[in-house]
Amino acid sequence: MSEQILLSVKELCKYFELRKGLFTKAGYVKAVDGVSFDLKKGDAVSLVGESGSGKTTLGKTILRLYEPTKGTIIFEGKDITNLRARQLLEYRRETGLVQQDPYGALPPFMTIRRVLEEPLIIHKIPKAERIKRIYSVLEEVRLTPVEDFIGKYPHMLSGGQQQRLVIARAMILNPKLIVADEPVSMLDASVRIEILTLLKEIQKKHGLSVIYITHDLSTTRYFSEWIYIMYAGKIVEKAPTKVLLKNPLHPYSQALLTIIPDPDAENRFRIKDVPPGEPPSLVNPPEGCRFHPRCIYFKDGVCNKKDPEEIEVEKDHFVRCWLYG
Amino acid sequence: MVKHLLEVKNLYTYFKTRKGIVRAVDNVAFTVEKGETLAVIGESGCGKSSLAKSIIRLLPRNIHTYKGEIYLGNEDLMKLDEKKMNEVRWAKISMVSQAAQNSLNPVIKVGQQVAEPLVIHEGIDKKTALERARKTLSMVGIPEAFAERYPFELSGGMKQRAIIAMALITDPDLIILDEPTSALDVLTQASIMNMLKTIKKETSKTFMFITHDIAVSSELADKVAVMYAGQIVELASAEEFYNKPLHPYSIKLMASVPTLRTDKKLEFIPGAPPSLIDPPKGCRFAERCPWRFEKCMDEPPLFPIDNRSFVKCWLYESKGSFK
Amino acid sequence: MSVKQLKETFKQLLAYRSAIVGLCILCFIMGLSIYAVIAIPYEEAIRAWRLGEDVSINNPRNASPSWVNFFLKKKLPETIIMDTLKKESGAKKKIVEGETISVIRIEFPFEFNYDDFPSELNLFFTANYSENAPYITIDWIKPNGATIRLKEMAVKKTDRYYISIDDELAKKLRLYLSEKVGQEIPYEIPPQISLFAVEDESILKPETVQVLKGKYKMVIDGILFEKQSDINSRLVVYGKVFGLAGTDHLRRDLMIGLLWGAPIAVSFGILASISISFLQMIIAAVSAWYGKWADMLLQKATEFFMILPFLPILMMIAIFYKLSIWVLLVVVIALSIFGSGVKTYRAMFLQVKELPYIEAAQTYGAGNLRIIFRYMIPKVLPTIIPSLVLSVSSFVFLEAALAILGLGDPVVPTWGKIINDAYTKGALHQGYYYWVLEPSFLLVLTSLGFALVGFALDKIFNPKLSEM
Repeated sequence: MSEQILLSVKELCKYFELRKGLFTKAGYVKAVDGVSFDLKKGDAVSLVGESGSGKTTLGKTILRLYEPTKGTIIFEGKDITNLRARQLLEYRRETGLVQQDPYGALPPFMTIRRVLEEPLIIHKIPKAERIKRIYSVLEEVRLTPVEDFIGKYPHMLSGGQQQRLVIARAMILNPKLIVADEPVSMLDASVRIEILTLLKEIQKKHGLSVIYITHDLSTTRYFSEWIYIMYAGKIVEKAPTKVLLKNPLHPYSQALLTIIPDPDAENRFRIKDVPPGEPPSLVNPPEGCRFHPRCIYFKDGVCNKKDPEEIEVEKDHFVRCWLYG
Repeated sequence: MVKHLLEVKNLYTYFKTRKGIVRAVDNVAFTVEKGETLAVIGESGCGKSSLAKSIIRLLPRNIHTYKGEIYLGNEDLMKLDEKKMNEVRWAKISMVSQAAQNSLNPVIKVGQQVAEPLVIHEGIDKKTALERARKTLSMVGIPEAFAERYPFELSGGMKQRAIIAMALITDPDLIILDEPTSALDVLTQASIMNMLKTIKKETSKTFMFITHDIAVSSELADKVAVMYAGQIVELASAEEFYNKPLHPYSIKLMASVPTLRTDKKLEFIPGAPPSLIDPPKGCRFAERCPWRFEKCMDEPPLFPIDNRSFVKCWLYESKGSFK
Repeated sequence: MSVKQLKETFKQLLAYRSAIVGLCILCFIMGLSIYAVIAIPYEEAIRAWRLGEDVSINNPRNASPSWVNFFLKKKLPETIIMDTLKKESGAKKKIVEGETISVIRIEFPFEFNYDDFPSELNLFFTANYSENAPYITIDWIKPNGATIRLKEMAVKKTDRYYISIDDELAKKLRLYLSEKVGQEIPYEIPPQISLFAVEDESILKPETVQVLKGKYKMVIDGILFEKQSDINSRLVVYGKVFGLAGTDHLRRDLMIGLLWGAPIAVSFGILASISISFLQMIIAAVSAWYGKWADMLLQKATEFFMILPFLPILMMIAIFYKLSIWVLLVVVIALSIFGSGVKTYRAMFLQVKELPYIEAAQTYGAGNLRIIFRYMIPKVLPTIIPSLVLSVSSFVFLEAALAILGLGDPVVPTWGKIINDAYTKGALHQGYYYWVLEPSFLLVLTSLGFALVGFALDKIFNPKLSEM
């Protein structure tokens, strides 16, 4: 049902211009090149890819931190693709961002209270309401007792506490969509699961939709209902989490699942099958399927000629690969 | 009597800072045999990087205490003066530091940089050194032609391989790898681990592999040392550790690592590691340990288990296991 | 910056000895400024400075500071003033009344025990009468008993007799003394020396002439032609030392200039420094944030101004237009805001722009101006404080330099102006070193104070990597 869909992205592209000097253009970096998906209310999606896959750019474009080059973004039925700054203010209220570097994400010269108050001031929330929200959100992320934390500065908090503050700030306007860009990769191992658990709790409690961007496939099982695998600016596979982890269809997804290690003493005796080569240049991506130079199933004349379309192989399980079409 | 390749005893490394004295390495002891890889696992601020730097003696200016014994073969490195230690460095022990990719000189060709340790430490002429550099680059998976390129022409993974080549080229006895793959993506990481596994198998080199990533450590480790708050709390073989960790911190740490292939319930450790500036008396993990009891107010020694593992926890005083 | 952060910074500052010295110097300069503003209100200071002679007629010209006598063997004289209107000054007045005509006698007795001669000798009169001016004779009695008639004259309602530049008297005295000694005095001996000299051979050379120490008296006898007539008189025996700072060529007490120089120098320096730093920062922030065309235009403007020779242009403007000091301040600011600071700050802002928290602010809807003023500038502000403090010194010197070149404010007393006066009047040739040294010392001291504090602040806000 369409009223259940919060966010709908169609053929979204984001290209960055390369300039030589002030006036000459030297090509485009096609960071996101034709991404489409629908996100239901209350669902969490893991967007998995390596650095350079375009996942961060996709997240930021959805939040309109960048202007889309092509395609559409429809949020709650409204086309927000080309809105200007003023009109976007409402959209900003409905969305939140949790960034990778908790310390960098917080202005070092603002107290915790001020950090949380800023979004409220910008959206003209009256003063009495502001205090209430600040207290309630700090309790929700378990930075308690609240009075202890309100007057502190970010550098006085531990990494985990800082990230909780970042989550609190993303939540304070009661958004409907959160984009979490590698929210735990800069935290210690023992803290990661604490933060992810908190994020999951909040998501369930408020019925939030979350786009969880990560390169760490192992955490997806604990967080999201869906996984989208991204490679060189395109989403190459979409499936429910359990389905993809058990039965990956795209050769790239298969490679990821084979080579990511679990703690196992036998690992040191096994040489893994790693796809050779490097991720492709986004300025001149390979013709046809972008993974073909590294793919063990490469079929000459097919894979290097035409970009595969998205095919639904089983229910809710989509792949872009000539092996299936 | 089989001599250890590396034996560390009673190592203390403290730093002077404006806020106080940081006890980064607080009475650490372990051994590494020839051809073995020891993984040192710990989270940020546990002192593992300081441990690496202490062994190769690349210490910052604000050092406060640096004492103990570090035997490389028969020689106690602590007794060497700086000049002699300089000869040991790179010739006998080399190190790949964290985020080393950025330590390549951008204006010198890659081959030349990799050849440099040979020219400096062994006095070999440039031409021969360059030839050996090309061979070492090929050993780490970089085509020989890349020796003529500049660092900016290499990808992140290749730069890291070049740095590893630089650490291998003088054929040292011990190579310390400090988070060699943490800045790289999964595929490149796996590729480099493959390369290290191959080198380990073919040359029987001894590695000390420092990382916060338990899963990646299992790709190379024969022996595991777990560090917490400047101390080693568990020392065990890979088989024993990855299957059944013993120290409460190791147990909790293992429980907090998500796995791809098993569906286990994850737990996190509440609280935070203590500051290295004024660590608590007694067992440093006690305040976060669900199994603590009165004895934990005193600092436990490293109890031996079956002569191969050691656990720094009162629960193992009687050499049995608990739970 | 909250109060707590200020206190923290202050505590850190005190850890540096150089900063403590600097702060003490600044407190001293501030103290001078406050004292100047309270003790000599602005209007009065300007008036005293502008009118000069008319107000300070009782001060000697080019007198050294009084404390100089502490170091000298030959004690320089201080000014002696006797005024019939001021009973306590030692002047005596006696009137013998007749029917219509009365006789008046004014006596000015004083002791003169200094080792050097007075610089000047003046008599001032005020007289009351309707038609007939009173007539007086002026006599001088030396300690050795010699009595000399100085002059006979009628006294107008306000009148003055400049004894030391009376050429006739000078000639008369020279003759008298030549006869006394038996030889002709080979140089033109002025009255303030001949009236005080020992009358022997030592008088023949200006280097050897000695002061006759002892009791002196000036007697003025006058005839008053009307019943209600009266005369009042003031004798000023000008010394060669005056006050704490001495006087200049217009008899002005240099203390006025030195004291008032402090608040003017400090406020000029601080206002210039703060305005320029802040404006440069805002321009850099706008340039860095908006990028593209705005950035290009602002940077080209900055480059243009950077090429212009600042000091020569400033001098040209000052030559063509007589600038008051506050207009000068505005001109300096206008010429400086597109300066090299913009480039430095822009580099900092370009880095700050990439920080994650800026991005976060955009996601919760912060507008451009808000980001510039509340997110970027507060981050950069601590880094610019040291250079802000340091540049105060250079602006203090800039103002002084212009004044020394004669291009500064012609009216307001500043340290630079004092030096300019000293220079144009040849102070160093004439041995009036204090005239140049006092304002120079204060200039250097002020700059030193700001520099020491500025360098210490730099160590605090921008710690070097070697410090932990």
